[in-house]
Amino acid sequence: MRGETVITADPAGLTVREDGRRTVLEPSGDWLVDTVGVQDAAIRAVEENSEPGDIVIDLDGLGRIDTAGAYLLGRATRRCSEPDGDIHYRGDHPTARRLIEEVRSRTTICQPESEPVFGFMGATARIGAGLEAAWMEAVDTMAFFGRTVTTGLRMAAQPWRFRLTPTVWAMEEVGVNALPIVAVLSFFIGAVVAYMGANLLRSVGFSVFTVELVGIAVLREFGVLITAIMLAGRSDSAFTASIGAMKMQQEIDAMRVLGLDPYEALVMPRVVACVLMTPLLTFGAMISGIFGGMLVAWSAQDISPTLFITRFHSELDWSHFWVGMSKAPVFGLVVAIIGCRQGMQVRGDVESLGRRVTASVVQSIFTVIVLEALFAMMYLELGI
Amino acid sequence: MSGEDVLISVRGLRTQFGDHVVHDDLDLDIRRGEILGVVGGSGTGKTVMMNAILGLMTPAAGEIRLNGRLFDEMSTAERRRVDSRWGVLFQNGALFTSLNVLENVMAPLREHVDMPISLMEEIAGMKIGLAGLQPEAATRFPAELSGGMRKRVALARALALDPEILFLDEPTAGLDPIGAAAFDSLVLELSRALGLTIMMITHDLDSLYAICDRVAVLADKRVEVVAPLRELLDHPHPWIQEYFHGPRGRAALAGKEI
Repeated sequence: MRGETVITADPAGLTVREDGRRTVLEPSGDWLVDTVGVQDAAIRAVEENSEPGDIVIDLDGLGRIDTAGAYLLGRATRRCSEPDGDIHYRGDHPTARRLIEEVRSRTTICQPESEPVFGFMGATARIGAGLEAAWMEAVDTMAFFGRTVTTGLRMAAQPWRFRLTPTVWAMEEVGVNALPIVAVLSFFIGAVVAYMGANLLRSVGFSVFTVELVGIAVLREFGVLITAIMLAGRSDSAFTASIGAMKMQQEIDAMRVLGLDPYEALVMPRVVACVLMTPLLTFGAMISGIFGGMLVAWSAQDISPTLFITRFHSELDWSHFWVGMSKAPVFGLVVAIIGCRQGMQVRGDVESLGRRVTASVVQSIFTVIVLEALFAMMYLELGI
Repeated sequence: MSGEDVLISVRGLRTQFGDHVVHDDLDLDIRRGEILGVVGGSGTGKTVMMNAILGLMTPAAGEIRLNGRLFDEMSTAERRRVDSRWGVLFQNGALFTSLNVLENVMAPLREHVDMPISLMEEIAGMKIGLAGLQPEAATRFPAELSGGMRKRVALARALALDPEILFLDEPTAGLDPIGAAAFDSLVLELSRALGLTIMMITHDLDSLYAICDRVAVLADKRVEVVAPLRELLDHPHPWIQEYFHGPRGRAALAGKEI
């Protein structure tokens, strides 16, 4: 035994012998967790073919045995009225009988798990469950929105409850730190729009309309959309992860019993920060996008910056700017609400944290794009 | 080395985190088939010592041998076989939160053993029963369990491969006294029936009295003394005197009536 780190095991053997009315099982070798796997089928065959009361286990040839082996051997006689009675055992073994009885006395067989449903019924059931879950998500998000609004109104009535420090911190996180990436993205979008338009407009001889194209596209749609999508990918996931991690560590519960309202302390600062910073980020994105378009117009079509800016002023109405800006706080609000709500939904396990962060990003981008479409229809109908 | 059948021997162990030395020149022998209790004040590095033996942290100095073989000299394959021969119950359970109870207990079986999945499930179910849990618990997730149940699932997982050596880090902390006593008797029964070697870190004086063959006391960065409990009671070290003859120690002693 000594000198070896691991003792090698003999393979488990089993001889089944009919002895008159009785079925004699003669296990041999080592019945250990590493070795008994091969005997599962043999024991099952014995269980099916023999009367449980007639089974006798001959322990003489058995080597070492552990709880896995004891379980498997004991399974043969499990259905007997008196499974531990002497009639079921022959021969001597230092531990086997005691172990088999010990294992059986402490074990109740697990109920098999319900079989998953496949096929057409299964598919429709999953679709139904998915739709119901989506509907419940929407309802819950609206409820969360309502709760946030009431918290906001209470704070408006009692302004000293407003938490300035976390709000300013969130504004820096959401706004200032996001500005470079939003500006760069918007710059490229502006440039791409200018390129696309330039080719098309040159073919009909209206190159100079590139200015209007870039202006309208960036001011009305792309500036705010890029900002909202970046916000969803960057800040919204961070909200969900940080609030979710606090939830997992029971920090939220601790806040509640200390008399701190998590909506006041965690949700409101983030919501306020998002609503305030999204318009500013959008403004940055617009400037940067127009700059990108201007550079492309200059290099690809010889529209000088002076001409670009002059035409921009003379041809474009302020309303385009205000249409884009009007959407920014709404998107900021939506993103913040979804991020915080998903964070609050995290349960104790790591899996749910990952799932909630994913859901949070997907839902907020989805909602932003749907709202964008609704806004476009609304402004079209209003004629703005 | 003494004439005893030593399974794990630690010599000259030194562990440190930065400048903070946890152990210095620590020696410890774990004998085959014994239940060794490890006690020590909070922060004396009981868990760190266990982690060093398990190979979860690299000690700054010292050697650890299993059956006389140095861990550092073992090949990866040998190390892997050794890993499958010991079970560990971590202090807070360390269950996989994304797997349910049955899958948690099956995880080591899937990794190390070749057997039909149905038998694996049955054996995992048996271990769950062995650890004192109801079969209904099998489909629940760790987040839905109480602290005591999590301990039991962790024990079931530690026992999944029928290890030869079991490391238990505060197994009865957070259990009610009845549950703790049942846990003690389970550990004792398993160790006797299977010839398990157990190292158990504990603060539970009742466990020490009930099941430990020997007790190692960690103090002053090393193992101050390893002895059966009776002999420990008379040891002059002030911490040991305080530990066993303080109010709780006396209460446990009175309950045991040695």
